[in-house]
Amino acid sequence: MSKQVINWFRFASPQAFYPLAGKLVPLFWTLAALFGVAGLWLGFFVAPTDATQGEGYRIIFIHVPASWMSMFIYMVMAAWAAMGLSLNARLSSMMAQALAPTGALMAFLSLWTGAFWGKPMWGTWWVWDARLTSELILFFLYLGFIALRASIDDPRRADKAGAILALVGVVNVPIIYFSVKWWNTLHQGSSVSLTKSPSMAMTMLWGMLLMALCLWMYTIAIALTRVRAIILEREAHTDWVQHLQEIKPS
Amino acid sequence: MNWNSASEFFAMGGYALYVWGSFGVCAVAFVVEPLLVRQRHTQIVRTLRRQVAAEHMEMENP
Repeated sequence: MSKQVINWFRFASPQAFYPLAGKLVPLFWTLAALFGVAGLWLGFFVAPTDATQGEGYRIIFIHVPASWMSMFIYMVMAAWAAMGLSLNARLSSMMAQALAPTGALMAFLSLWTGAFWGKPMWGTWWVWDARLTSELILFFLYLGFIALRASIDDPRRADKAGAILALVGVVNVPIIYFSVKWWNTLHQGSSVSLTKSPSMAMTMLWGMLLMALCLWMYTIAIALTRVRAIILEREAHTDWVQHLQEIKPS
Repeated sequence: MNWNSASEFFAMGGYALYVWGSFGVCAVAFVVEPLLVRQRHTQIVRTLRRQVAAEHMEMENP
């Protein structure tokens, strides 16, 4: 085994990860702010008015990134949960626990901004079509994961039960993604395709990608901050926590 | 540049309610969530400090 690999595994222990996360958090806040400013600038001041939707289409710059993140966070959360389950690694389960509230928030914002976009363009806040319904189910999966964890007192058992729920729920993510292809829905098709040339103006595409990067960095920053709190909560009884600089009596 | 004046910018071509209703709620969420998480961290640090301090006092004056 190379030295690199050993160093990497060292951070699988909450004790080693806690200070590392603390150092990384400001970096990700800075990146989130930079991408956010650039994305909003492109979205509001550079991207042209849409031919059919006028200025109303600008909701795309927050709606699509929030929707992407809601699905992406779920996959990452399920992967951490699976790792926690199979390797019995505490920190992995803590990462899954730390991602869930932010994932739920992204799913909520995706539905909220979608409603505010649907009203002027479709004439309705909500329809029970495949894309919207499967995104709503994703939101409920996050809430279910959080509620299930909260209902079990022993955190290690909560990890296991939550992981199983998270893994079963993974099946919903491809359903959301492909729903616009599989069913005839009111929702438009994918905004960005890897196989076709971009159908939108380059500035619109870049605005959207920068906003997605902003939410991505935001998610990392907030998840690392939250996992630090979770580590202290769950490792409260350990020696290393009681000897931390911020906890030792002066 | 798409806008001739600030009021034109805020009017969003008649879609002000929908555009600002979307971005506004997101902005609030991205401010409130970090505050809540920071509060959670402060809370646990405070609890642990109190616990550890109490143990120290017990050890010093049994």
